[in-house]
Amino acid sequence: MNDFRGMLERQRYMVDYAVSSMARRKGRNTGLFIVYGAMVFLLASVLFYTSALQHEAGVLLAEAPEIVVQRMVAGRHDLIPTDHAEALRGIRGVREVRGRLWGYHYDPVVRANYTLLVPPEGGIAPGTAVIGPALARARGAGMGDALGLRGHDGNVFSFRIVTVLPQESALASADLLLVAETDFRELFGIPTGRYTDLTLRVPNPREVQTVATKVLEALPDSRVILREEMLRTYDAVFDWRSTLILLPLSGALFAFAILAWERASGLSADERREIGILKAVGWETGDVLRVKLWESGLLSLSAFVFGTTAAYWHVFGLSAPLLAPVMQGWSVLYPDFALTPMVDGSQMLALFFLTVFPYLAATLIPVWRAAVTDPDEVMR
Amino acid sequence: MTGHVELRGVRKAFNEGRPNRFWAVNGIDLALPAGGVTVLSGPSGSGKTTLLTLIGCLGRPTEGRVHLDGTEISGLPEPFRAALRRQTFGFVFQRFNLVQGLSVFDNVMLPAYPIGTPYRSLRDRALDLLQGFGLGHRVDARIESLSGGEAQRTALARALINDPPVLIADEPTANLDSELSLAFLEIVSGLRREGRTLLLSSHDPLVRDAAVVDRVVELRDGRLVGDQRRSEDSR
Repeated sequence: MNDFRGMLERQRYMVDYAVSSMARRKGRNTGLFIVYGAMVFLLASVLFYTSALQHEAGVLLAEAPEIVVQRMVAGRHDLIPTDHAEALRGIRGVREVRGRLWGYHYDPVVRANYTLLVPPEGGIAPGTAVIGPALARARGAGMGDALGLRGHDGNVFSFRIVTVLPQESALASADLLLVAETDFRELFGIPTGRYTDLTLRVPNPREVQTVATKVLEALPDSRVILREEMLRTYDAVFDWRSTLILLPLSGALFAFAILAWERASGLSADERREIGILKAVGWETGDVLRVKLWESGLLSLSAFVFGTTAAYWHVFGLSAPLLAPVMQGWSVLYPDFALTPMVDGSQMLALFFLTVFPYLAATLIPVWRAAVTDPDEVMR
Repeated sequence: MTGHVELRGVRKAFNEGRPNRFWAVNGIDLALPAGGVTVLSGPSGSGKTTLLTLIGCLGRPTEGRVHLDGTEISGLPEPFRAALRRQTFGFVFQRFNLVQGLSVFDNVMLPAYPIGTPYRSLRDRALDLLQGFGLGHRVDARIESLSGGEAQRTALARALINDPPVLIADEPTANLDSELSLAFLEIVSGLRREGRTLLLSSHDPLVRDAAVVDRVVELRDGRLVGDQRRSEDSR
C-alpha cells in the first residue's frame, strides 16, 4: 500500500516537474504547439472532409438503382428507345425497368449549368418546376416566380416555381430543376418512346454482375453502369482530390515536420546541463525519461486535440472554406450545405500514430542519450 | 551513520583513445573512515574534483575500485549508483548547479522526487533546512536572484534533503568572501557533530587550516603526495 502511495506521489512529482519545465520554456513550447497543431489541423481537415464526402456519396447512392443502361452510338451516349426496356424485363433477377429523362441546360443569364430531371414518380404538373437551393439563389427566384429557359428550337419556355428544395438536400440538388415529362421532351426535342437511359432494380446484390452480363448480351449497343462502380468512382475521385490538396501542401507539411523535429529533438546546452544535475542529485535515467515523456506527451496530445477539434469545427461547422473549392469539384453553382459529422476511428488512430509517436521518439531519443551518460560528463 | 570510503588503485583517464589522453587521477589508494571532515587539497588540476566525482558515483574510474562500507560501488549498475547519489551522498558543486528558473524551495526538494516522499513531510524537511541555513525568507525566490552565499546554502540544503551520511563539497569557498567562508565552516562543524562524513576539496588555506578539519589529503598531478591527520589536541 505504501509502495503504491509512494509510486503515485512520485508520478505526481514528475508531472509537476514536467509542467514547470514546460512553463520555463514557454516561447519554445508555444511555437512547437502552434506548428504541431497547424499540421494536425491540415491533415485532419482533409481526412474529415474526404470521409464525410465519401459518406454523403454513399448515402445518396444508397437509393440509386443497382444498374443503369445507356445506349451507345459510335462511342457516344445516345437516347435509348422503349423497346430496349422490353428486352430487359425478361432477364431473371430484374424486378423493375424504368426509363429516365434527364439532361443539362446551360443558362447564359447566370452562366451555369442546371441539371434537369423528370422525377420517376411524376407528380409535377406541366408548366411548373421544382428547383434546387443554389439555382434559386443564383436566379434570385422563389416560390411562385416564373423561370424562363430557352428550348432546343429557340423558343422560351416559362415555368412557374412551385417548390424550392430544402437546404439539407443541397449536395444532391443544388443545381436541380425538376419538370414534367411533357415539358422536358418539348424543351429538348426528345420524341416519345425515347429516354436518356434505363434503370434496373436488382434486389439480390449477388445477381447484379450476372444481370449486367445478360444486359450486354441482350443489348450489344449499350453500356452498363453499376451502382458499386459509381461508389468506387466517387471514393477514388475524393481520394484523388484529397491527394491533390495534400500534394502541394506536402512541401509545407514536410517543412513543418522538420522544424518540429529539429526543435523537439535538439537538446540545448541548458537542457543537457539540467539532465546532468537531475542525475547528479539521484534521479535515474528512467525518472528523467518519465519527465520528458510527460512533457512531450502533454504537448503533442494537446496539439493533437487542438488540431483535430479545430479541423472538426472547420469541416463540419464552417463547411471547410479552405478545402471546399477543390474537394467538391469545379462548378459554378456550388452547393451550400453542411456535411454530416463523420469521423472514421481508424483514420483518427492512424493520424494519432503518424503525428504523436514520431514526435515522442524525436524528443525522447536525445534525452535518453544524455541521460545514460554519467552526470559528470553531461555537466562538464 | 555509515560512510566508510575506500579507494584501491583508482585511476581516471580523460580523452581516452585520443592523442591528448591524460590521467586526472593516477593510482590513488586511500581509506576515509566514517565521520569527520577530510579536505582534499592541491593546486588546480591536481585531480581533487575528479576524485570527489568518483567517490560520489558521478563518474566511474577507468581502473581501480571504490568501496563504501566494504561494498564495491564503482562497478554497480546505474540504478544502484543513482540510489547511492540520492540517499548516501549529498553533493555541493563548485558552481552549485542549481536548476535555473525554479525557486529555492523546488530546487531543494528535487533529490527527493524519485523516492516519492509524501509531500507534507518533504515540505516540512525542506523548510526546516532552509530555516536552519537562514534562507527562510528566500523560499520562493528564483535561483537567478540569489547571492553567492545564498546559492551555496541552497545547494547545501538540497544535498541534505534526503539526510545522506556523506556530504561532498567541491571547492565550497571558491565563490565566497572570508565572512561567508567562515559561516560555511560553521555549518560544516554542525554537520560533523551530527556524525556525517564530510569530504571537501579546497586549496583555500581558510578551509585547510580550519579547526573543524580532521584530515588533509594532498594531491598533485593526480597522485597522493601528502596525508596529514590531526589529533583532537592539535585542533
